[in-house]
Amino acid sequence: MTQEKEKDKKEKRILKINWQAMAVPLLAIFTALVLGALIIAFTDETVYAAFRESGFFGGIGRAVEVIRIAYGALFIGAFGDPKLLWEAIVHGDGEAFTQAIYPFTETLRVTTPYIFAGLAVALGFQGGLFNIGAEGQYFIAGLATVFVGYSLKGVPAIIHLPLALLAGIAGGAFWGAIPGYLKAKTGAHEVINTIMMNYIAFRFAEFMLDVGGPMARPDSFRPVSPEIEPSAYLPQFFPSNSAIRFNWGFFLALAAAAFVGWLLYKTTLGYEIRTVGQNPHAARYAGISVPKTIILTMAISGGLAGLAGATDILGVLHFMPNAFASGYGFDAIALALLGKSNPVGVVLASLLFGALRAGARYMQGIAHIPLDITSILQGVIIVFIAAPEIIQTLYRLKQKIEGEEGVVFTRGWGQM
Amino acid sequence: MHEEISIRKARALGIAFIIFGFAVLALFLPGTAADQTTTFTFNLSSSEAIEIPPLTVGTRMALYFTALLSVALGMWQLAKGFKRVYLVLTFVSLLFVLAFLAWAAKGKSMNLTGMLQSTLLRAIPITLAGLSGVLCERSAVINIGIEGMMLAGAFVSALVGSVTQSYWWGLLAALLAGGLFGALLAVLAIRYKVDQIIAGTAINILATGLTSYFSSRYLQVHQELNHPPTFQPISIPLLGNIPILGPIFFNHTLLVYVTLILVVLIHIILFYTRWGLRTRAVGEHPRAADTLGINVFKVRYVNVIAGGIVAGLGGAYLVLSSVARFDELMTAGKGFIGLAAMIFGKWTPFGAFGASMIFGFADSLQTKLAILSVPIPSQFLLMAPYLVTMIVLAGVVGQANPPAADGQPYEKE
Repeated sequence: MTQEKEKDKKEKRILKINWQAMAVPLLAIFTALVLGALIIAFTDETVYAAFRESGFFGGIGRAVEVIRIAYGALFIGAFGDPKLLWEAIVHGDGEAFTQAIYPFTETLRVTTPYIFAGLAVALGFQGGLFNIGAEGQYFIAGLATVFVGYSLKGVPAIIHLPLALLAGIAGGAFWGAIPGYLKAKTGAHEVINTIMMNYIAFRFAEFMLDVGGPMARPDSFRPVSPEIEPSAYLPQFFPSNSAIRFNWGFFLALAAAAFVGWLLYKTTLGYEIRTVGQNPHAARYAGISVPKTIILTMAISGGLAGLAGATDILGVLHFMPNAFASGYGFDAIALALLGKSNPVGVVLASLLFGALRAGARYMQGIAHIPLDITSILQGVIIVFIAAPEIIQTLYRLKQKIEGEEGVVFTRGWGQM
Repeated sequence: MHEEISIRKARALGIAFIIFGFAVLALFLPGTAADQTTTFTFNLSSSEAIEIPPLTVGTRMALYFTALLSVALGMWQLAKGFKRVYLVLTFVSLLFVLAFLAWAAKGKSMNLTGMLQSTLLRAIPITLAGLSGVLCERSAVINIGIEGMMLAGAFVSALVGSVTQSYWWGLLAALLAGGLFGALLAVLAIRYKVDQIIAGTAINILATGLTSYFSSRYLQVHQELNHPPTFQPISIPLLGNIPILGPIFFNHTLLVYVTLILVVLIHIILFYTRWGLRTRAVGEHPRAADTLGINVFKVRYVNVIAGGIVAGLGGAYLVLSSVARFDELMTAGKGFIGLAAMIFGKWTPFGAFGASMIFGFADSLQTKLAILSVPIPSQFLLMAPYLVTMIVLAGVVGQANPPAADGQPYEKE
């Protein structure tokens, strides 16, 4: 009975929007955007020119204008132009409609690998493990996926596509399980091992895809793999418009988020993962096999990161170029932190980052703001989320008295 | 100061030596003809006081010799056991590398001095990153933001160096930038007790974003802003004329000498001064240190900021002593390799330097092999440092013991 009640409570806590808990992340995002705006204004030469020519108010006006153009472009690049969308709906023009929502589909496309990678890190966090290796797991999964994708020929899609996805999961899980095993058996800290394995994966992929390498395209002078068979493609969402790269991988990502939520909160394994994360010593006393749980957590985490690579290849690229990803590992950490290691939170954080990334590309084209502004925003957001006191002091928020339920990762490099 | 090792491990090492010996024969002998020779040369420039004649050896002879020696050492280890077995392990690894070089350069000549010189140059930024890590972690603050701090140092040194047309100002700015990011890490880790790995990650992302943003906003638009003057090599009189050692150690830019001095200096500070004792006490047992009246927070602040400055120097080296320009993400993981060097070197300055030399050697070897057109993919050599680090961390070779309080925030009672 009581257990049932506990469960009920927990469910409500997940579903109910807790504004007080949301205040810090929202204010963190807001503050980061304000800082970003300041950076944009301060690094714009026309602003300085306006200050020189038309005085203080002219300069301020120009600065506001520059920020408006930049963030306007960011918005349109992420969600599409509302005016175009409205016209398309009014005229009932299907073609114009797909065109108008193109930016948003791009946002969702960029969001897809973010969700997987963010979930990977979040699951690790819940288990007290810091998986900085999403990048390497992504690479190895990419290799495995693309190999199954191009080497199997004449297989129906209903078998080929799942096989290719499974190969990606297996590749990522394998790459994640190694540091998990080392942590469980020798106590070697997973942070340094996952970083090392990122570089090993990078070199390995370089070797496999190098011109003349084992997985290189035979007739190419670029380091790329062969094209995968169409039977392994993840279906496009708008097959009629080939420019839209949005595909079913996004829904796979949502399913993965649901899976992680179910795994963490509804299964014994999930309970064990969370217990080990909160207190490995208590977990050991409770009869949980800590080494087994650590290895499993890292393997599942790696498998999730692997799906990021698999869906990128099966849904978007259809081949694997050398060095085809960069920064997923670190972005994923930001996502897990912003999402408070909660699957729903990770999905929302991924949507935000996806919108930022997709919008920044348009902003670069229109307002000539370098893409890297998003990295600055992400870095600032992590700082604010990790040190909520800064935000609380800044906005005079009530400080929470009881400590946040957090997981401690840093217990030295070589100990349990 | 030799460590006690278990009988099982001692036996495993003996067997490993023998396997190394046979591996030399199995890997390198088949492709080597009986009459092939390898020539090692030792003169790099004409500045050496004495010309050392080149050494030509029969390749097969060299292989037999090294293989026999490591098998013999392995037998001895199994029968009697060495007291300082890790020293012997180092020696056997060296033998293996020599056999490999003899094989790789068969029928050709290889300049060993040149290779060691480029090893040192490649090891310098890794050493600085490692030293930064040693400073921070000895006071129990984990710094995985070294990469970002180096990047910031590199960017600022290029920009300020170009604007002022002076490498001195560039250097100073880099130290300042590194120190500022060090201070940010310190505030997050000490004042706000943020998980140190998260704080370091935030610094990496922030530094990557800031340097790339400002680089594409300014340096790429105004090329003259990315054209700093560089430190020129200074040959040290007399020392620079010693054969072999002269070109390797005493014919470099100022920043190389500074790095080598820093290795010694930080060793002395850590192990022979009051400050070093306090640092180590704070790293091992902050509560006890506090009881004795040591200001734990102050020790950590100073060490982490100093660590940031050293990392900034590493960034400045990449620009002002090497390529003379900033490129986005130019540190290319050197900060993380430095962290690995620190672990490999067991949290000591000399250890970190030695590990950096090994990593630098792997790096310089792969460029050399490309020139000699050896049929080994360079990627595997480049993987070696990471693999070695994982093996060391797993405790297969020696034991990696970090400072006891590493990574834990300190709370005053």
